[in-house]
Amino acid sequence: MALLKSCVRSGRNVFAVILRRELHKTAPALVQVTVRDALTQAMDEELERDERVFLLGEEVAQYDGAYKVSRGLWKKYGDKRIIDTPITEMGFAGIAVGSAMAGLRPICEFMTFNFSMQAIDQIINSAAKTSYMSAGLQSVPIVFRGPNGHSAGVAAQHSQCFAAWYGHCPGLKVLSPWSAEDAKGLLKAAIRDDNPVVFLENELLYGVAFEVSEEAQSKDFVVPIGKAKVERQGTRITLVSHSRYVGHCLDAAAVLAKEGIECEVINLRSIRPLDMETIESSVAKTNHLVTVEGGWPQFGVGAEICARIMEGPAFNYLDAPVIRVTGVDIPMPYAKILEDNSVPQIKDIIISVKKSLNI
Amino acid sequence: MLLSVNSMQKMLTIISNVLKGSASKNVARVVAARTYADFTAEATFDVKKCDTHRLDDAPPTKSVLTREDALKYYRTMQVIRRMELKADQLYKQKIIRGFCHLSDGQEACAVGIEAGIKPTDHLITAYRAHGYTYTRGVSVREILAELTGRRGGCAKGKGGSMHMYANNFYGGNGIVGAQVPLGAGVALACKYLDTDQVCATLYGDGAANQGQIFEAYNMASLWKLPCIFICENNKYAMGTSVERSSASTEYYKRGDFIPGLRVDGMDILCVKEATKYAADLCRAGKGPIVMELQTYRYHGHSMSDPGVSYRTREEIQEVRSKSDPISLLKDRMLANNMASVEELKEIDVQVRKEIEEAAQFATTDPEPPLEELCNHIFNNDAPLEVRGTLPWAKLKSIS
Repeated sequence: MALLKSCVRSGRNVFAVILRRELHKTAPALVQVTVRDALTQAMDEELERDERVFLLGEEVAQYDGAYKVSRGLWKKYGDKRIIDTPITEMGFAGIAVGSAMAGLRPICEFMTFNFSMQAIDQIINSAAKTSYMSAGLQSVPIVFRGPNGHSAGVAAQHSQCFAAWYGHCPGLKVLSPWSAEDAKGLLKAAIRDDNPVVFLENELLYGVAFEVSEEAQSKDFVVPIGKAKVERQGTRITLVSHSRYVGHCLDAAAVLAKEGIECEVINLRSIRPLDMETIESSVAKTNHLVTVEGGWPQFGVGAEICARIMEGPAFNYLDAPVIRVTGVDIPMPYAKILEDNSVPQIKDIIISVKKSLNI
Repeated sequence: MLLSVNSMQKMLTIISNVLKGSASKNVARVVAARTYADFTAEATFDVKKCDTHRLDDAPPTKSVLTREDALKYYRTMQVIRRMELKADQLYKQKIIRGFCHLSDGQEACAVGIEAGIKPTDHLITAYRAHGYTYTRGVSVREILAELTGRRGGCAKGKGGSMHMYANNFYGGNGIVGAQVPLGAGVALACKYLDTDQVCATLYGDGAANQGQIFEAYNMASLWKLPCIFICENNKYAMGTSVERSSASTEYYKRGDFIPGLRVDGMDILCVKEATKYAADLCRAGKGPIVMELQTYRYHGHSMSDPGVSYRTREEIQEVRSKSDPISLLKDRMLANNMASVEELKEIDVQVRKEIEEAAQFATTDPEPPLEELCNHIFNNDAPLEVRGTLPWAKLKSIS
């Protein structure tokens, strides 16, 4: 309406203006894709591209995936390439690793990473260490994927974050995507990688839709492993996070922007290798750092970042100690009020920023 | 000097005529040189019938052995025997460190299995792996140099006793039982890629109680994987006898719904026939199958175990004198005129020489260079920076 009024007042041709506006809106072909669909697409494309790729795990075939991440794949590829396993994590993880040693490229799904603890010997001792122990003779091109960290109301045994545990081990690559673009590009990169990759998804993110660029819609789109992404440019303070809490950081940044505090938000994407270069360049610019993660504080991702900042050039640029925002150091409770207060909230991030900036 | 069989026979006739002539004069007889034409080219031996579980037939009770194969098996078993004894020596001299699990006494298992499968088939075992590393194609030199931790070792000194690999040989695995699902996975790959290959997946009587083995049995059976699960039952898991560790010591039946065979693991021909039978079954799509090899180790569990606190010296001695796998084959060969005592002695001499030379290499080859400390963390990857012991120590890793 306002547009029409201004056009009439200025006497410009209304239709020409409207047409120009329409074209401008549709030029970059952005599409809304949920994280779940991005993961399904990634697997579909890689299954199609390479015959040796196959998916195994509980309920991945006929159930379409416990969280529907493998929906449609069994119908398209059949029993040979999408394999339902019995509930025997140690056994099927070992079988997956063995098949990788013999030339296949398995995607081994854990219904949640909590169950990966039953198979962790196969992941670490049989997969991660083998290339080194064999002096490069034996490769293990495998992806272990599944939801990691807490969900909603699933209580203590189903809510642990394994980023720190897997991130501790040489021989593994550990990824933690946030956006749909991350999910698709990183999963494709992981499947194409000739090494064991632990791919930590997040159940609460599966249904979240993100805009995906045209480039990211291509079948050859991969995101490089080991490189963090600056999701939001800023000047006052650096916020570093991975997975779901990247979203929290961006929300906190939006609130802080109204008060004139421009936060730089870094999405780690990779837990191992950790992109310290991106974090250090940012800290050199902002002089303040807050890390945010869902996992427990002791020996966590934030702890590692703090240690490395101290050991590197960025230490001299800090105007305040690094603040870690983490999950509460307890097993996850069930009641909603308790659960909500067991994990970082947006207000925790805002308070940390202000504390760091001494506001 | 090359002589035709004919002329040799003529010579013998002449010599024997001379001898006949002089026999009455009580001259000491000269034993004529024997030719290869004198030896039996091929003989058939009885082998013990295997106990079966859920099988309508069984491996054959007769095994045909050619002279060529007999010599090959004899030599291979001797190499393993002498290599393991050399490792014992080097360990006592502290030139080999850490873990060293020896398999002397169990030679018929490694050599018999290899005789029953093809080089294109696959094999995986646990940590008592030196013999299998050899039968799967790695030289004694490279095995001993790996044990002594030198750059000429088959894993460049990075792996040690329990982590040796070769083409179609997936180690060498240190975690008891973990290799069994791995082997089932290799079998999955064989089926997936439609290669007609099988995977021999070995484990011991100690590992046989591991839960993950039953998980592997279940999936291998569900998906009909071409996997030969082989339990090397040497009666002791470290210091725990089978009676003390297992509610059921009939390891060939532990696969329950999977058919099984119990095999005399000290008789290389019995092992060979059983392995061949099992491999054929798997290739026909009727796998998996469980095979229990009843065998014995002369050494303790490892070099840190004298091996006499949980079993008697008499028991060890009895096995050595009555069931030694190399002696059993040797006796068969000699009794059936498949080789001469001298010929076998000559092989022994050559084997000793080979082992000595390999040991010489293994003790003189330099250790791996420090520059290679961080290499091979990843495969087919860009060079990577690795943190050293100190924060500013940035080491390089190439794959």
